[in-house]
Amino acid sequence: MVKIRVPVKKIIPKLPDLSKHVIKLSEKTLKETQKANAFFLEAGNFFLFLFSATREAFSRQFEFKEFLRQCYQIGNKTLPLISVTGLIMGLVLTIQSRPVLADFGAVSMLPGMVALSIIREMGPVITALICAGKIGSGMGAELGSMKVTEQIDAMEVSATNPMRFLVVTRVLAATLMIPILVLYADALGIMGSWAGANIKGSVSFTLFISQAFRVVDFMDFLPAVIKTFFFGATIGLIGTYKGYTAGKGTESVGRAANSAVVMASLLVIIIDLIAVQVTDMLL
Amino acid sequence: MAKTETIIKETEETTEKIIEINNLSKSFADLDVLKNLSLNLYKGENLVVLGKSGSGKSVLIKCIVSLLQPDQGTIHVLGKNVVNLNRKELAAMREKIGFLFQSGALYDSMTIKQNLEFPLQRIKKNLTKKEMNEKIEEVLENVGLTDTLHKMPSELSGGMRKRASLARTIIVDPLIMLYDEPTTGLDPVTSDGISELINEVQEKYKTSSIIITHDIECARATADRIIMLQDGEVYMEGDIDDFENSTDEMITSFFKQQVHQGQKKIKKNG
Ligand SMILES: Nc1ncnc2c1ncn2[C@@H]1O[C@H](COP(=O)(O)OP(=O)(O)OP(=O)(O)O)[C@@H](O)[C@H]1O
Ligand SMILES: [Mg+2]
Repeated sequence: MVKIRVPVKKIIPKLPDLSKHVIKLSEKTLKETQKANAFFLEAGNFFLFLFSATREAFSRQFEFKEFLRQCYQIGNKTLPLISVTGLIMGLVLTIQSRPVLADFGAVSMLPGMVALSIIREMGPVITALICAGKIGSGMGAELGSMKVTEQIDAMEVSATNPMRFLVVTRVLAATLMIPILVLYADALGIMGSWAGANIKGSVSFTLFISQAFRVVDFMDFLPAVIKTFFFGATIGLIGTYKGYTAGKGTESVGRAANSAVVMASLLVIIIDLIAVQVTDMLL
Repeated sequence: MAKTETIIKETEETTEKIIEINNLSKSFADLDVLKNLSLNLYKGENLVVLGKSGSGKSVLIKCIVSLLQPDQGTIHVLGKNVVNLNRKELAAMREKIGFLFQSGALYDSMTIKQNLEFPLQRIKKNLTKKEMNEKIEEVLENVGLTDTLHKMPSELSGGMRKRASLARTIIVDPLIMLYDEPTTGLDPVTSDGISELINEVQEKYKTSSIIITHDIECARATADRIIMLQDGEVYMEGDIDDFENSTDEMITSFFKQQVHQGQKKIKKNG
């Protein structure tokens, strides 16, 4: 760490009153500088991590078994949670939008509108946030504790690249599984919406679906699916990065898990914003 | 005693250096852990490294397998400087080294069987499934853990975990063994068993080993040569008799307690 000495007194020796303020200000700047320093250091570290993970991802020996195990675990861990949230998401959206549409006499628009917002936005983002919480923290804690108890070192000395075995498999598993989970959540959301539409009045399922997909077309679908791959990769990368770079001692495991969730959730939202802008420009 | 003599004779004939460390220095922030340390490990010998807690013993062997990068100095393992190896060469070198972690470092998410299979599948790639299972049975028998095959590490006691990780280390028949406190936290009977096992591994596979320990009984049973670390340097070097007959205060205080125990044992026996 570079320590910056600020020769305040030499600059303005004759103004004692003012110098106090200057000292305060410079202390603050110093702290800010250090914060910025730490930020750039972290960012640099992350890109190094990303670089070596990418390099390992293209190496010839792929840990296929571990990859499958991770895929299974991601699905297994999040499925109940995503089922419940998906259903409720559709249900609630329908119940909430109905009165507004009824005011305009446009209740027939309901299925299409709800399906559109689920497929474009609610499904991907809510699923990704749930996964950031569940999977991101899980990876952070697991790799963090492996780091602390020297298991990662042990892997390395038994001539296994931990980057390849632990990181690449998890990141790829998240990248593959989260889009699938999102599609599942979308489907359940539309089911929930149908259930919601049936609370007041009755619509057959086929009618509901055909009404929905009169509005939704392929170009609503594609960008939404593409961005979920980015969500998945981000969650996997942040989770493994935080775990892999955990410090020493057990408290750093908790910190790794915690900051993995915070960072991953934040990045999901930011990526969503970027994706929306890009789609808007292109279409 | 007889054992020591034969080994010394052997090493005199073949003084091939397996590990050669020259002027090794390593520091963390402003803490100098190792200062200009030099030592050799000869073919087929058991080198015991003694030293107070925090004297840098674990750091030393972590430098050997390149888990830590030394600040200065060279480490030659089987003639190659570890510091300059690329990743492929390093992996090839690590396949020949068994490393017993002080903390055990068993993989939490795997059963004991999977823990043992992990290095076996990666290092001894041409074994059949049956041969692997036999090998696993054999090493578990050696460490006295046959009935824990399908247990998770969290279900074992501390000493059992230590023995399981010893099994995981010796299962690939490494040329060089680095034991970080193999008997710490074990009862005297099991400790003796482990010491015997270390000797067996040495004889059977002609391994050269560095054994870090605080346990004088273990040192007595296994050592061909002993090195005492103090303040990051080699404080004294010799065989077990040199150390026991030493009048140096540091050394006697290290040996005092255990010598009493040894005498008691002899009295009982005689
Ligand atoms: N990764 C690290 N970062 C910072 N300091 C470290 C690191 N590893 C070890 N140290 C410091 O180096 C010194 C020597 O540690 P080491 O683990 O080698 O001791 P030891 O001789 O093995 O002790 P013990 O017998 O208790 O295991 C200690 O003071 C420790 O704090
Ligand atoms: Mg140690």
